[in-house]
Order: sequence, then C-alpha cells, then structure tokens
Amino acid sequence: MLRYTLKRLLQAIPTLLIVITLSFFLMHLAPGGPFDGERQLPPEIEANLMANYHLDEPVWKQYLNYMGNLLQGDLGPSFKYKDFSVTELVAQGFPVSLELGIWAVGLALLIGLPLGVIAALRRNSTIDYLVMGTALAGVAIPNFVIAPLLALVFGVFLGWLPVGGWNEGAWPNLVLPVVALSIQQIAYIARMMRASMIEVLGSHFIRTARAKGLAETEVIWRHAMRPAMLPVVSYLGPAIAGIITGSVVIEQIFGIPGIGRYFVQAALNRDYTLVMGTVVFYGALIVLLNLLVDLLYSALDPQIRYDD
Amino acid sequence: MMTDTAVSTPDSAGDSLAREAWRRLKQNKAATTSLVLLALITLACVAGPWLTPWALDEVDWNAFLTPPSPENGHYAGTDANGRDLLTRVFHGGRVSLSVALVATFVSLVIGVLYGAVAGFIGGRTDNLMMRFVDIMYSLPFMFLVILLMVVFGRNILLIYAAIGAVEWLDMSRIVRGQVLALKRREFVEAAQALGVRSHKIVTRHLIPNAIGPVIVYVTLTVPKVILLESFLSFLGLGVQEPLTSWGVLISEGKDMMETAPWMLLVPSAFLAVTLLCLNFLGDGLRDALDPKTR
Repeated sequence: MLRYTLKRLLQAIPTLLIVITLSFFLMHLAPGGPFDGERQLPPEIEANLMANYHLDEPVWKQYLNYMGNLLQGDLGPSFKYKDFSVTELVAQGFPVSLELGIWAVGLALLIGLPLGVIAALRRNSTIDYLVMGTALAGVAIPNFVIAPLLALVFGVFLGWLPVGGWNEGAWPNLVLPVVALSIQQIAYIARMMRASMIEVLGSHFIRTARAKGLAETEVIWRHAMRPAMLPVVSYLGPAIAGIITGSVVIEQIFGIPGIGRYFVQAALNRDYTLVMGTVVFYGALIVLLNLLVDLLYSALDPQIRYDD
Repeated sequence: MMTDTAVSTPDSAGDSLAREAWRRLKQNKAATTSLVLLALITLACVAGPWLTPWALDEVDWNAFLTPPSPENGHYAGTDANGRDLLTRVFHGGRVSLSVALVATFVSLVIGVLYGAVAGFIGGRTDNLMMRFVDIMYSLPFMFLVILLMVVFGRNILLIYAAIGAVEWLDMSRIVRGQVLALKRREFVEAAQALGVRSHKIVTRHLIPNAIGPVIVYVTLTVPKVILLESFLSFLGLGVQEPLTSWGVLISEGKDMMETAPWMLLVPSAFLAVTLLCLNFLGDGLRDALDPKTR
C-alpha cells in the first residue's frame, strides 16, 4: 500500500510538470501582457515594471526562474492585485471553493446514492422511470443553464434565496450554488448506482444470502451495498474534477470569491502568475484526490491489491 | 426468436446489422421522438434565419427589450439592443451545431486512428501510447482549453480544433479495446497470412468491425462538445460578435434575467432540449447496437 502510494506520487510529478510547462508557455505565447490596460503607460515605466517582474528576460529564463521559485513554494506576485502574492490569493480563495465543493460532493452522494438504490429496487416502476428520467435531464442540462434558472426562480420570482454573493458562507447564500454544482453529479451517481445495484442483486452471493433466509433490508445493506458502491467510488475522481471545473462557472454566476473566479479573470487579464498559480494548485489537487479515490477503492474492494 | 431475419435473405452482413439496429431503434419511443425533435431543431437553425423577417444584428428601433409577442413579429422577444431573439437563437444554433459536428469529427478521427494504432501494434508502443492518454486524462483540461482560447483569440476554427483535441481520449480507449479483441480473430490472421499490409488491415478490417461502439460513443460525444462550446462561450471565451452561440445567448440572458427572463429562458430551452435529445438518442442507439441485449 505504502509502496503503491509512493509510486503514484512519483508518477504524479511528470504529469504536473507537463501541466505547468504547457500552461506556462501557452500563457506567455498569448498576445498582450499584464500591463496593457485602458491607459497606455509611458514606455519607461512599462520597461521598469517589466524589469521588476523579470518579464524582459527571455521566456526560457523566466521559465527556469519560475520553476526555481515554485520548488521553494513561491508562486510569485500577482500582477493585477498588486498588494497580494499569488499564494495569498489562492489561500484566500481556496477555503471558499473548498466549502462549496465539499457541500456539493456531499449533497451528490447523499441524494444520488439513495435515489439509485430506490430506482434499482423498484425496477421498471413509476418511481424508477421518474428518477431515471430526471437523472437523464440532470446529466444532459449543463450547470451554467441550471444555475441562472435556479436563481431566476428561487431568487427573482419567489424571492426566497439571494441570487448571488457569498456573505461569509451563510447558508442562504450557499444553497443555490451548491445545488447547481451538484445536480449533474447527483444524476450521474443515481444512474450509476442503479445500474450496479441491479447487477449486484442478480449475482450468486445475493441469491445465497436470500436463500439463507436473511431479511431483505439485511441483504441490501450488509451484502449488496458495498460491492454496488464500487463504481460510484471510482467515479468520485471525475466527479470531483467536474465539480472543480464547474465551480469556475458557478462562482462566476453567483459572484463567489473562490479560486475559479480568479482563474478566468486572471487569464483574461494576462495575470501570468495568478493563472499559473491556480493551474498548479488545481492540477496538484486533482492528482492527489484521484490517488485518494484509488486508495479508498482498494480499501472497499478486497479483490484489488496494490502491492506490486 | 427473430423470424423475420431468418426468412429474409441476408444480402450482406454489414447491411443487416444496420437494418437490424434501425428496426430496434424505431421501437424505442424516446429515441425516435428525440430524433424527430433534433431534426426539427436542426432544420429551424439552418432555415430559420431566412424565414424570420429580421437579420442577426438588425435593430428594431420600436422594440427594445420587449417580451415575446406575435404582434410585433418578435416571437421570442428582443434583447437590450432591439435585436430579434429568435433569429439570434437560430444563428447561435448554427454555430453550436456546427461546432458539434466538426469538433466531434476531429475527435473521432484522432481517437479512432490513435486507438486503432495502439491496439494493433500492441506491446511496448501500446503501453507508451496509453500511458500518454492516462497522463492527458489527469490534466485539468478545462483550464488548458481556456488558456488556448486566451492565447489564440476567439476564433471559431480554433474552437473546433481545441474541443476536438480534448475529446478524443475516451474514443481512443474504446477503439483500442475493440481492436485488441478483434486482432486475435481468425479473419485478421487470415489477412496477415495473405500478406495484407498492416495499415490496410487497420483500415479495412479492424476499424469497420469496431464501428458499433464508436457510433454510440459519437452520439454521446456530440452533447459533450456542444456543452463545452457553450461553457466557453458562457465564460466569454467562445465565439465573438457578430457571431453568437447558445452559450453566449444564455450568458447575456443571465445578466438580464431580472428584467427580461425570456432572454435566458429561450436559448436555455433550445440548448437543454438539444442536449436531452442527443442523450436519449445515444442511449437508444447503444441499446439498438449492443449485441448482448439482442
């Protein structure tokens, strides 16, 4: 287990290196720079600024420089938010995004799993069709459509919940973004859980359990749940990645001060270091979470051993 | 069980597979309804802009931000600049659907070739090629696509290419799996024994036989691609004025939703219905083409 974890962590290094390198050069290829604003700066000042941030050096040198700083955990200064370093901005935005993400994953599991189980147990009933029809709609309709619609109905028409803002994470502000972020994942998880539950219920060990005369609830909770959840667990990796990218849009729509919103604005502003910082941070996060999910998977499925 | 297939003389194997699949697809109500709806939406987007009396960026000076009404000819209302929303939705649909077609085709070509080559050569090359795909999988792609758009400007050709270049990974895995299973079959061995060259075997024997799952996957890729394009457009990184797309319109509608909800509702409805239908159709096709459920 430890060996496997170490091996995977080592494998993550080239992946991250590719991400960092690709986004670094892409960003520097982009026309325009961080200092072309509305007002043209006098050339001397611009030259000074460029020199200050080492932007006048050749790109490869800047790259080596950046990598050197990165190794020491320094993500550099932000070009737009002048008083902040990128590390500070990420540290500021991340708790907000994290709160949003944890709620969304939690809600997705809390609703998706039972829905899938119910649909599987009442296969081909009205409930099943209803759940699966809704789930298909949830899979098909993107969150950036659902989010404004939710805001329109619950925020504007009904006036129950605020249409945006964060308000230090007060729950009325949380509801709509969390729901919008998790609907798609709820739908996926429900579909997946239904399919795998149906498969598990048809297997021999379930027949044995029933033949032993166990109560149906016992059969489902003790015997069927664990193997049926495996595909959902392996889906958690992509689900988390989806919620992270989804948060880019959701944070934008609801005006939430998380990392996702920084990223788009920074890319448009050519705030090189902030863009790089968010990419590095989220890249590392996704790689780590994928590893965690794989380890969880092996813990749940005794047939999988990572001891090679 | 299937008397009609036993009676009819099978003219060719490929043909009967397609016919069989079509027959099964026609029995699936959700899938056929979706197919009809999709055809209608496509037709509306292709022909619609000629039928509405307004041009894409024509300003009606008598109707700024008016709600939908048949009286003034703006069946879906107008936006803040007095432009007919329905016309814009049709034009946006052209862009969204064309992106879907072209980008899916790009992903199809890359994915099928890559997967087929990896599966056919096998061994170390296969290992390396698939490891590369694994690495690509773990990249936060959305971020790279956003960067690409920023770098090369918001060019529609680039959107085609960028989205296609992102979506081929699953396709290559599916095709590789198929090819790996197929290449041990006798007819491939026979072709090899006859001295048919490798690239011919890939294109003539392996790819056509792997086509079923590929078709299913294509129908599932199309909605993904539309989604990705709208996502980019929604963030302001997609197509540029005067062109528009459903994502752009939804984004504009979101900003005006408190005063003009129709600006959000109409394009959202078009996008949602299209995506829903594509998903139903994909599911239906999978059932129709899957030999296991026969």
